[in-house]
Amino acid sequence: MADKSIVGRAGKPFKMPIEWSKVREFARAIKDPDLLYFDPEKAKKELGGVPVPVTFLQTSAFWTDADSGPGMGSFDLRRILHGEQEFEFFKPIFVGDTLTGVTKVADVYEKEGGRGGKMTFLVTETEYTNQKGEKVAVSRSTLVETGQAVKAN
Amino acid sequence: MAAKLKFEALKIGDELPKFVVEGVTRPDFVRYAGASGDFVPLHYDQAFVEAAGIPTVFAQGMFTAGLLSKALTDWAGIGNVRQFKVRFSTRVWPGDTVTCTGKVTNKVEKNGEKLVEGDLIVLNQKGETAIKGSFRAAAA
Repeated sequence: MADKSIVGRAGKPFKMPIEWSKVREFARAIKDPDLLYFDPEKAKKELGGVPVPVTFLQTSAFWTDADSGPGMGSFDLRRILHGEQEFEFFKPIFVGDTLTGVTKVADVYEKEGGRGGKMTFLVTETEYTNQKGEKVAVSRSTLVETGQAVKAN
Repeated sequence: MAAKLKFEALKIGDELPKFVVEGVTRPDFVRYAGASGDFVPLHYDQAFVEAAGIPTVFAQGMFTAGLLSKALTDWAGIGNVRQFKVRFSTRVWPGDTVTCTGKVTNKVEKNGEKLVEGDLIVLNQKGETAIKGSFRAAAA
């Protein structure tokens, strides 16, 4: 059953310093050798600072703890898939920034699925502000709980 | 920051240059796990996946989405992406060749900013869709 009562529930704010070594490591992992990630002088001249890759906010996993999550209600972690991921950007994020993230449950709903029976969707949103108090980004994640264990395809 | 895309010159249907990775590897998944902090064992622990009835480890969806984001920023310029959305379909297995691309579907002006919108896609070597997505990027 989709537990609508958890919609709006928020975790505790977490701090996420944007570190150059982590940005470089992430850029290498996604096979992006763009010098803007690796040459701070060039990046400063062209952009105003060393930027972060589009999906870099996924590394918030290193900065969150049990209290940062809004809680998953009755979701069964053994039957969960990452269905969708979205990022929206409002201001640039640079190495040296310290972001504050707050994650909340945005939606819970059900759909009839194919392979896995009834599916329950959990949408969480993390809003990030920088050290100046500006809203810089929102990360929106959709997790899918399948009706039964997911089969290999 | 300077937009790289020329709003007037872009046409609906214009395609993003393809970014092809021939044969993704288990070390790619391990490197992404370390870089991202996603330590779900399905992506590097062979004993774990076999016990779950899956033949081999497979790519993190967000690893493949990262490759797709590189195709987008190579074209639109780093710092110009305003929105990036992906939906995961077929899994990506070790040895798969993935092709990341997309196309322009709309041009709009919002709050004084020229924006280009489009679809994104990642295909494997069999032509199956691994990721479907969309983007919005700033143009000049």
